[in-house]
Amino acid sequence: MSLKRSILALTVATGLAAFAVPAFAQDHSHDVETPPKQKWSFSGPFGKFDRAQLQRGFKVYREVCSACHSLELIAFRNLADQGGPEFSAAQAAVIAGEYKVPDAPNDAGEVVDRAARVADYFPKPFPNENAGRAANGGAYPPDLSVMAKARTYERGFPWFLIDIVTQFQEQGPDYVTALLTGYAEKPAHFELPDGSAYNKYFPGNAIKMPPPLSDGRVEYTDGSPATTLQYAKDVTAFLMWTAEPKLEARKRLGFQVMIFLLVFAGLLYFTKKKVWKQVALHPEDLKPRDPAPGEYRPH
Amino acid sequence: MSGHQTYQPRSPFMKWMERRLPIAGLVYSSFIVYPTPRNLNYWWTFGGILSFMLAAQIVTGVILAMHYTPHADMAFKSVEMIMRDVNYGWLLRYAHSNGASMFFIAVYIHMFRGMYYGSYKEPREVLWILGVILYLLMMATGFLGYTLPWGQMSFWGATVITNFFSAFPGIGESLVTLLWGGYSVGNPTLNRFYSLHYLLPFVIAGVVVLHIWALHVVGQNNPAGIEPKTDRDVVRFTPYATIKDAFFMICFSLVFAWFVFYTPNYLGHADNYIPANPAVTPTHIVPEWYYLPFYAILRAIPDKLMGVLALFGSIIILAFLPWLDTSPVRSARYRPLFRQFFWVFVIVCLGLGWLGSKPAEGGYVIASRILTIYYFAHFLIILPILGWVEKTKPLPNSIAESVLHDGVPVGASAPAPAKV
Ligand code: HEC
Ligand code: HEM
Repeated sequence: MSLKRSILALTVATGLAAFAVPAFAQDHSHDVETPPKQKWSFSGPFGKFDRAQLQRGFKVYREVCSACHSLELIAFRNLADQGGPEFSAAQAAVIAGEYKVPDAPNDAGEVVDRAARVADYFPKPFPNENAGRAANGGAYPPDLSVMAKARTYERGFPWFLIDIVTQFQEQGPDYVTALLTGYAEKPAHFELPDGSAYNKYFPGNAIKMPPPLSDGRVEYTDGSPATTLQYAKDVTAFLMWTAEPKLEARKRLGFQVMIFLLVFAGLLYFTKKKVWKQVALHPEDLKPRDPAPGEYRPH
Repeated sequence: MSGHQTYQPRSPFMKWMERRLPIAGLVYSSFIVYPTPRNLNYWWTFGGILSFMLAAQIVTGVILAMHYTPHADMAFKSVEMIMRDVNYGWLLRYAHSNGASMFFIAVYIHMFRGMYYGSYKEPREVLWILGVILYLLMMATGFLGYTLPWGQMSFWGATVITNFFSAFPGIGESLVTLLWGGYSVGNPTLNRFYSLHYLLPFVIAGVVVLHIWALHVVGQNNPAGIEPKTDRDVVRFTPYATIKDAFFMICFSLVFAWFVFYTPNYLGHADNYIPANPAVTPTHIVPEWYYLPFYAILRAIPDKLMGVLALFGSIIILAFLPWLDTSPVRSARYRPLFRQFFWVFVIVCLGLGWLGSKPAEGGYVIASRILTIYYFAHFLIILPILGWVEKTKPLPNSIAESVLHDGVPVGASAPAPAKV
């Protein structure tokens, strides 16, 4: 019995070693705050993008962010794709026409710009990385195509397990919105390098991106509030779509697959029960008897 | 339901065929009338699930390979384009990346099942060792595959892991240069990793054939851990095992589908959506979750070479399990002490996994050291000694009896729990 108890004690001890010890090894990363959770129309098993929000977000990207950030993986035709902002094909063509892209070399071998077509991808604001750095105090504005999936924050135990069930996976969007709205006065003790801004959510707090948004900066025609927070949420939703353009199709198909599998599992379960009934054992089966001809023998 | 029936071809074609290549007979004896212990529980369905996952990885992988570009400047973008422009490309990619994780969940359950019920004991040692080889091959395949999207974690994970090999005295440096195809991880590395990632699954498939061959020579173990003696202890593989496997495979697919359709990036790293950049090191370089316990062991040891040896040792030691466990009784059902140590061991492995995801500093390192010592002690001290000192419970006379009497042997009367 005492041995049993000591094993128990050992279990508890190892458990403690594994889960309690880290308490005193806490991360000491300064003043970086955890992004607040936002409500997103695209979260959860039936999540969908809000078309109007994506269109507004695109407007914010176009009028503000595109001055510095590229969107390499998105073509103008994507703006008319199902499950996206769903501009009409004509609208997408008009938008494309407002951009200039380099044409293929002409007969004289010169490269001249032409109006973009829907098949073209969004042009980059800087010809190369160094040009981008030179214009931004040494920091390159990263491509935003998959940005909404490329950032996260730690959820910690037990949340990281609960997230599997609740399907919470919007850390990226929460972070982008927080970043865009997280500019603040620097705390007195903080040494802010020249050309940087203080941001509550950016790792290290000193960011080379000047606050891109301010109230009233972009004109909204659908009556949505023209506030920094609203801009931030809209452009984040747009960036979630650029990062995960098949999100709606994925969740829709997922639901169908889940229903199919559930029904299939139910049918198999009852079939299995029925089949196994045929070979149920009865107490008399244990009585010794002569082996039947051809009976199974151990190897 | 009598045991080994032989296949009797009926149609003239099958008769003709059977005299030349008795493949129908092989299938018949291996997957139709093959006798399986009647008391198998659902933990025994994971072998079938693993075969299914291997097939799923090969099918999705071969199609991904048709669209993927193994070049350092294009790999990241080609994976993104698969997700955007290939019909159902997002499904292929997410099924493949989550499929790898599901494959590992299944293999871990399968291995712990084997440990709990003593499936590695005589006469199943070779079967077990083939399993350990399969596990090693899977680890290699998963690691190589994770480098292919060429994101930050791909690149830095590959850099860190390949660097282990430099710890070997003398040959280390040349070994790493050979792995890299140069003096740092770069395009040649990606090319050779891609080639090997395509190759290894088929090596795995080959070893699976050996694994199943060995299984069919010695027969399946079962929760009672005793061999079938008569007809009443077994049932035919089809329909009894097939339907049970099918049912649980679908249940497993529900979990698989949950990840693929609802939380496809949960098991990955956000950093891998940043294109590889040799000039920027991520703050925490963390391998895929399935390597975390071993990563914790590696970092628990201050000396690089010793750490690498401990890492490999922690896997190789599994191959010696049949001889380290000295108890003649297989199933933990009849081993009251072992059963508790088994669960402690499971908790230790989970704890190591959690520690592997934490930075190697302060209390985390101390905890990793304690658990690493326990990990090895489990195999090298606890298992040998348990076999000698443990008072096991009486075994049932037959599998049929264990089924009817819920594991209590007839004549053992009132089941007074064996005092320890
Ligand atoms: C004046 C140029 C400029 C504009 C306009 C701009 N950014 Fe940035 N952005 C930058 C630079 C430079 C960085 C890199 C910052 C650094 O690394 O310190 C950056 C970084 C970022 C990051 C990554 C932060 C991280 O965690 O690494 C995000 C997200 C981002 N910008 C979003 C936006 C959005 C959305 C907009 C439009 C509302 C926008 N930016 C407008 C220059 C700009
Ligand atoms: C044992 C089976 C296999 C395992 C465990 C496995 C594992 C993996 C993993 C973990 C990734 C990275 C996924 C990601 O993060 O995107 C990957 C990618 C990839 N694998 Fe496999 N794989 C297997 C079989 C195959 C086969 C048979 C092929 C081809 C014939 C293949 C082709 C690819 C390709 C092209 C990629 C890159 C595309 C991508 O990243 O999604 N795989 N694999």
